[in-house]
Amino acid sequence: MSAVADPVTVHSLWTMAAESPDKFKAPDIEYGQLAPTLIVIGAAIVGVLIEALLPRKARYGAQLFTSVLGIAAAFAAVIGLAVGDYGTSKARIAAEGAIAVDGPALFLQGTILLVSLVAVFTFAERRLDPVAHGNRVDSFAAQAAAVPGGDAEKEATKAGFTTTEVFPLLLFAVGGMLVFPAANDLLTLFIALEVFSLPLYVLCALARRQRLVSQEAAVKYFLLGAFSSAFLLFGIALLYGYAGSVTYGRIADVVDGEVADITPALAQTMGNDALLLIGGAMVLMGLLFKIGAVPFHMWTPDVYQGAPTPVTGFMAAATKVAAFGALLRLLYVVLPGLRWDWRPVMWGVAIVTMLAGAIVAVTQTDVKRLLAYSSIAHAGFILAGVIATNEEGVSSVLFYLGAYSFVTLGAFAVVTLVRDAGGEATHLSKWAGLGRRSPLVGAVFAVFLLAFAGIPLTSGFAGKFAVFKAAAEGGAGALVVVGVVSSAIAAFFYIRVIVLMFFSEPRADGPTVAVPSVLTSSAIAIGVAVTLVLGIAPQYFLELAGDAGVFVR
Amino acid sequence: MSFPLLTATAVAPAVGAVAVAAVPAAQRTLAKWVALLFSLATLVLAAVALVRFDPDSEDPYQLTESHAWIADFGVRYELGVDGIGVVLVGLTALLVPFVVLAGWHDADPPAGAPDAATQSVTHGRWRPTQGFFALILMVEAMVILSFAATDVFLFYVFFEAMLIPMYFLIGGFGDRAGHKNEQETATQRSYAAVKFLLYNLAGGLIMLAAVIGLYAVTADDLGSGTFSLQQIAEARASGELSISTNTERLLFLGFFFAFAVKAPLWPLHTWLPNAMGESTAPVAVLITAVVDKVGTFAMLRYCLHLFPEASKWATPVILVLAVISILYGALLAVGQRDIKRLVAYASISHFGFIILGIFAMTSQGQSGATLYMVNHGISTAALMLVAGFLISRRGSRLIADYGGVQKVAPVLAGTFLIGGLATLSLPGLAPFISEFLVLVGTFSRYPAIGIIATVGIVLAALYVLVLYQRTMTGPVKAGVENMPDLRARELTVVVPLIALLVFLGVYPKPVTEMIDPAVDRTLSVVDKQDPKPDVPVQDVEAAK
Repeated sequence: MSAVADPVTVHSLWTMAAESPDKFKAPDIEYGQLAPTLIVIGAAIVGVLIEALLPRKARYGAQLFTSVLGIAAAFAAVIGLAVGDYGTSKARIAAEGAIAVDGPALFLQGTILLVSLVAVFTFAERRLDPVAHGNRVDSFAAQAAAVPGGDAEKEATKAGFTTTEVFPLLLFAVGGMLVFPAANDLLTLFIALEVFSLPLYVLCALARRQRLVSQEAAVKYFLLGAFSSAFLLFGIALLYGYAGSVTYGRIADVVDGEVADITPALAQTMGNDALLLIGGAMVLMGLLFKIGAVPFHMWTPDVYQGAPTPVTGFMAAATKVAAFGALLRLLYVVLPGLRWDWRPVMWGVAIVTMLAGAIVAVTQTDVKRLLAYSSIAHAGFILAGVIATNEEGVSSVLFYLGAYSFVTLGAFAVVTLVRDAGGEATHLSKWAGLGRRSPLVGAVFAVFLLAFAGIPLTSGFAGKFAVFKAAAEGGAGALVVVGVVSSAIAAFFYIRVIVLMFFSEPRADGPTVAVPSVLTSSAIAIGVAVTLVLGIAPQYFLELAGDAGVFVR
Repeated sequence: MSFPLLTATAVAPAVGAVAVAAVPAAQRTLAKWVALLFSLATLVLAAVALVRFDPDSEDPYQLTESHAWIADFGVRYELGVDGIGVVLVGLTALLVPFVVLAGWHDADPPAGAPDAATQSVTHGRWRPTQGFFALILMVEAMVILSFAATDVFLFYVFFEAMLIPMYFLIGGFGDRAGHKNEQETATQRSYAAVKFLLYNLAGGLIMLAAVIGLYAVTADDLGSGTFSLQQIAEARASGELSISTNTERLLFLGFFFAFAVKAPLWPLHTWLPNAMGESTAPVAVLITAVVDKVGTFAMLRYCLHLFPEASKWATPVILVLAVISILYGALLAVGQRDIKRLVAYASISHFGFIILGIFAMTSQGQSGATLYMVNHGISTAALMLVAGFLISRRGSRLIADYGGVQKVAPVLAGTFLIGGLATLSLPGLAPFISEFLVLVGTFSRYPAIGIIATVGIVLAALYVLVLYQRTMTGPVKAGVENMPDLRARELTVVVPLIALLVFLGVYPKPVTEMIDPAVDRTLSVVDKQDPKPDVPVQDVEAAK
């Protein structure tokens, strides 16, 4: 009926399409500049196909190969882009304004890829758990769908099943993380967040031992993560109402008052500061949740403790890098005009995060929880650099993230080695005398702890010095003082673990240190090497981070 | 480019540490000899540095080296020594071979312990002996670098980093004497180690805030931040760099706090008696005679050179704290029942004298203080090492367990007495001159404080002589009857130290010659002249 009554409309629809082709231009995608992400996602899809098509026995090798190759190729692509000046002079916004390709993005993507590569090694480790029914097994459940303790689980274990799905899951997470710090509009940000969060929720639930704890951790992470995503999405909606756009540059222009043409449909709301402040705060909350900053840190200890340790290490390192990257871009690109509003809030968050993380960590008795609280304290230190709001702030945060993530990965890799009959022995009392029983493992873990504590000649010190220096130059001297005070508190519990390892007598029923394959060994060796190199000769990497310190808008 | 002598002096023990650590577990004796060899090589290099050093030169720092390190932080690898630095490098290199020799058996597995084969089952590849000597050499390397650094950041790095090997030395190799059982020993020494580390780390972190502040200040005024002592001094002299009074005071306090913990100054001293009491005697010597000197040295070089105005501003309070240290340390030493803790409190008293001399801001005071650092190092080493030999014989640290030792082990008692007399500053032994200079220097500007500080000498006589009387004289106590006298190795440790004490007591000129130009330079930085004599000289002559 409508066609008869109103033929003009139909006609005009057709003619519009026919008459003005420039209005529906095909999106212009710069495949070359998005190559790192595309390669990783492609490898992930290949991983899914491997799961579907290859026989069970062949999957592990194929998955490991695909993952390593995909990540290495993506890293090569990042290097290629960086060498091609895409980080500096040719920095630009790609994919129709959705993705920024600039110095910070490339630096963070490179860091995430290296971290992931090392994480793949720890994921693939199959020498630590005792051989089950003639099969070497890794840290992941035989069959995730089987009920813990049920018959299906026993059968799956007996059949020697392993969850090789972890590799594509890891790759999808990495893909999301690569986009997250490069996202140049809020919707891309949100989608990237979901793309890397969902695989992580699943990975958390996949522990081979203590499956109920692992599943509880996953549920907790998922529920709280869903909350935070909801906040983020709500904030995005409000910011859209305020600016009439979700692109970072456009929102920034509206904040700076440089935009006059008001979208008619949004005439009521555009430029309303209440929307901007509430929306901005909600988006920040979503990001601070991922960072694990107080007061959005509640999930961290439980999830870190419950998740399979390789996943914890990956999560603690890579998620933090990606989330801080996104936070930096948001604060420096979208909301610099709002500096005077967010700085006091972030001051508060940073101070509370540093102090709470350090103080609560003092009472922990589980090494994974201890590292979780320490990661909260470190989030606070990094926030001090974020607050600096100068170029040194960006580059110091980049450097800190690179330094910290390798220490974290290495530390969690060491945790996987210390085992007793029940799997990993994470209770601190069991670590007594470990340094006497296995001096090498004890010494390596001590190096990581000293780096966490920020002792000179380790990467932790160089990183801490860089962020505190940036903060001091950015006029946040008080934060530096709080920072050194919480460092002193934090030193106490790191030292306590060293005391326990070296100065206590080994227990007769203490855990044994499993001899890992070359995979975990090289993960730990890389961790130690990066920790020492960045501690003794950080200049090259500081320059790298310094060159990468400018965002494109 | 000339031979990097200072780097070599620091690298020698570091290489030694690696070499010792690499010695196989079973070959403990080899490890000891390697350690001794490298410490002697360090001594030779330090001696060359002392000879090459020209006290009359106009340059503020000699034997300088400068290389780019972390340009982004404005940090360079810059080494150089003034007279004070070179003497202290020499002291460090001199004492470590004695520490190694005195600690020859300290890290051996306890007698009756399972042999290496069975132990490897429970303890894996745990190699305490190698670890002990490697850590000592590690500390030596870092101490030398912190004496030689002329870049604030570089200094800070080693100032902090040396805590870690020191911490393992205290916590890993405690003194078994004086505790009921192994468990109590372990608890006590890990308590002492943690206390040592937390006190010093807290001090260091506060200093870190000040170091960053210093960078921010120089970056503001000079365009790019720098940590180079010389560059900062030049910029301040030319007026290019001006630090506001308040900022300078805050920065000074940040630095001073760290050094006062390290030195240690009352009321930040409480870690020292624990650390010295629980560690083995050679490690205790390493703490008080070598590592703690970095604190007093840094007060001279960093606090006075970087923040002269603030130093003058803080002088009254610091002098009072120093006098409290002198009296409090001495009084507590008098009351101690534990020999090692007694020496620790005596050291606190002596550090009070050193700090008093530094902040009296007179040339006698400061050269006395520097000379005191050297003499205190040697005298404490002598006293503490002999005390360690004594304790290892009886297995007790309590004074009450000893008596009449001089009848059974006269040489031990005699050397103990000389070490003690040096500690109480008997004229003729080295510490006397330094203590006298400090007191004269203090008196000429602050007579009241000088007089009160003199009481410390009286108390020193009390705690040393009472200690000697109770342990060495009187009837021979049970458990002491069969005490063997000093062995050849022990004599090798003690005799050279005593010879040095006597030599420097009679003829201190070789050391003062090195020190005095550096002291004068420091005073000119602080802009203080020695006070004029109170008695007008011309009037006296006219009266004749």
